[in-house]
Amino acid sequence: MFSKICSGTAMAVLLSHSFNTNAAEAASANAFNPALSFILAGTYGNLQRDPTLPVTGFAMNPVPGHEQGFNLGESELGISANVDPQFRGVATISLQSSGTASVENAFVQTTALEDGLNLKFGRYFSGLGYLNEQHSHTWDFVDQPLVYSVLWGDQLKEDGMQLKWLAPTDMFVEIGGEIGKGSNFPGTNTAKNGSGAGVLFAHIGDDIGIEQSWRVGLSLHHTKQTNAPSTDVPDLHGTTANNSFTGTSSTGGLDFVWKYSPNGNFRERYLKVQGEYFRRKLNGQLTYDVGTPTAAGANITDGYTVTQSGWYLQSVYQFTPNWRTGLRYDRLDSGTAAVGASNAGNIIANYAYNPSRLTWMADYNTSEFARIRLQLAHDNSRQGLPDNQIFVQYIMALGAHGAHQY
Amino acid sequence: MQKIFVTFLLLLLSSNVHAALNVFACEPEWAALTQQLAGDKASIYTATAALQDPHQIQARPSLIAKARSAQLLVCTGAELEVGWMPVVLQESANSRIQPGSAGHFEAAKYVTMLEVPTRLDRADGDVHAAGNPHIQTDARNFLPIADALSKKLIELDPANTAFYQQRFTAFNQQWRAAIAKWEQQAAPLKGVQIVVQHKGFPYLNDWLGLKEVAELEPKPGMEPSAAYLGKVLNELQQHPARMVLRAAYQNERPSEWIAERAHIPAVIVPYTVGGTAQATDLFALFDDTIARLLAGLK
Repeated sequence: MFSKICSGTAMAVLLSHSFNTNAAEAASANAFNPALSFILAGTYGNLQRDPTLPVTGFAMNPVPGHEQGFNLGESELGISANVDPQFRGVATISLQSSGTASVENAFVQTTALEDGLNLKFGRYFSGLGYLNEQHSHTWDFVDQPLVYSVLWGDQLKEDGMQLKWLAPTDMFVEIGGEIGKGSNFPGTNTAKNGSGAGVLFAHIGDDIGIEQSWRVGLSLHHTKQTNAPSTDVPDLHGTTANNSFTGTSSTGGLDFVWKYSPNGNFRERYLKVQGEYFRRKLNGQLTYDVGTPTAAGANITDGYTVTQSGWYLQSVYQFTPNWRTGLRYDRLDSGTAAVGASNAGNIIANYAYNPSRLTWMADYNTSEFARIRLQLAHDNSRQGLPDNQIFVQYIMALGAHGAHQY
Repeated sequence: MQKIFVTFLLLLLSSNVHAALNVFACEPEWAALTQQLAGDKASIYTATAALQDPHQIQARPSLIAKARSAQLLVCTGAELEVGWMPVVLQESANSRIQPGSAGHFEAAKYVTMLEVPTRLDRADGDVHAAGNPHIQTDARNFLPIADALSKKLIELDPANTAFYQQRFTAFNQQWRAAIAKWEQQAAPLKGVQIVVQHKGFPYLNDWLGLKEVAELEPKPGMEPSAAYLGKVLNELQQHPARMVLRAAYQNERPSEWIAERAHIPAVIVPYTVGGTAQATDLFALFDDTIARLLAGLK
């Protein structure tokens, strides 16, 4: 393989010398600089409820990360380039409005593995589901669907490695697997050798004529939680407790996306429909009311098993080259927990409430680099606390703007 | 795991048995040219259709699957496909067709580029650093591209060298004769003032001597507003044009709006093979383009 690559490169060099005068002009020292992009984004949020309130039945999960008033949102610095003939490097640094910077993505990807193999290592968005790999500036709504917010903390980021294989078939068939540290929710930061989380996914997709295309996916995720803390969890006594869970988290998901455009001309008009379903089983030991040894029933550990699930269905319609509108419906099920006998009198096993949300958005795009969006949502994710939310958002891209994923 | 591996090997072997050269053509004109030069020695997949804006294509799963098994990629280049090709290439995991590899062919490298910008600023709209990428509207451009593409086919499939050489010689002769015929037919178009919807015709103008007096897009790739169209209409009163030109894939509204008010015909050109019912192959593409332009003069 190595000699093949060498001869390929040599050929390319020869070709570029003999034919390509443009490349010769471009071959200044500057030409080796990586592609730089910077996303400027900001939102204005008008909420009727405290955004830190957890979703009913999901007090042990992350809360959807809304913010009130004006805020800078996430500004994103992206850098990418080929490292050498074998590798390509990508880094995305996210700058939060609080002033902290975090490494959102920093991975290396192979470019010269043969036979449909793609290896990625470093920090990346997991390939599970459909939305998980998409950067926030490409989202069709201001926020992620509820099921992503509560089950994946908006987006599952993994430090590890991913291997994908694309089948040599006419139809798109791709399978992939990941192993990683598993320190992000639903995992916990555990100091140990080996892998802390595993993902398997498969995607198939194709066109139907020139106007329609689709992709369907299946994903599985498994990790362990060790002393996963959760604060302010409502209990049967009508107070709130701080609990701790140790056990396994296994999630299965189904996703689909379908796109339609008259003549397949996406510039003018298109319709996109997508939906995803995730189902997670937590199985382990729950310690009730940790850290308050004096309270009755505190620090009791017993078995705890629950299956949480959720889905969303959304559609976006671009009706002119500049305007798009979209509608999304979210729904969650917190399940009925099997609680060990010692804690049966403390922990709410069944909330008997299905959180849901209906969201509408419209965005105006002055070009493919600039988008201004209005979003209205009726959020019934907290029982008895309906919230009507208004968001205004801008997303602008500076510099190199890479191609978008499907 | 072992089973998967074995299946995978079998699939690989079966794909190598396939004799014809697998070609992934980004646009219909390059599929048609490859067809002319390779005949049945190539199995060609066309990634975009004639009525699609080639700047804005989705990196669809089907494209990734087809790129996976391609041995040769034939595209315009000059950043025309920059919005989707990089994802397709990365996801295809096919080292044969990556930029710089032997199987990566960009037609724009073999012609003289027009409208190469002297400054690069997104405030100027959708400009391409390498120059205007719509090179396929000048029939003369196909001669050096065909020459280079034929050499590329020979490089990738040396066993059929004589076949490709013979096809190229035949094409070259026919195409030169056709250019002479088209230039003769298009003589009345020389110096004719036109309005274009998108800045997509510099090569056609350069070839046939059409004179572009206005564009309907305020900046390349930007949708014209009613106010802007009104301004263009005013200008047309001072510098009248004979027709307003647009590619088949473009929205008819701006052209029709101007055509109606300026009392000039709106002319649709196929722009690529398949853009109109008449443009069935490369020869028919230019037959039809010139016929439509001449009809616009009447």
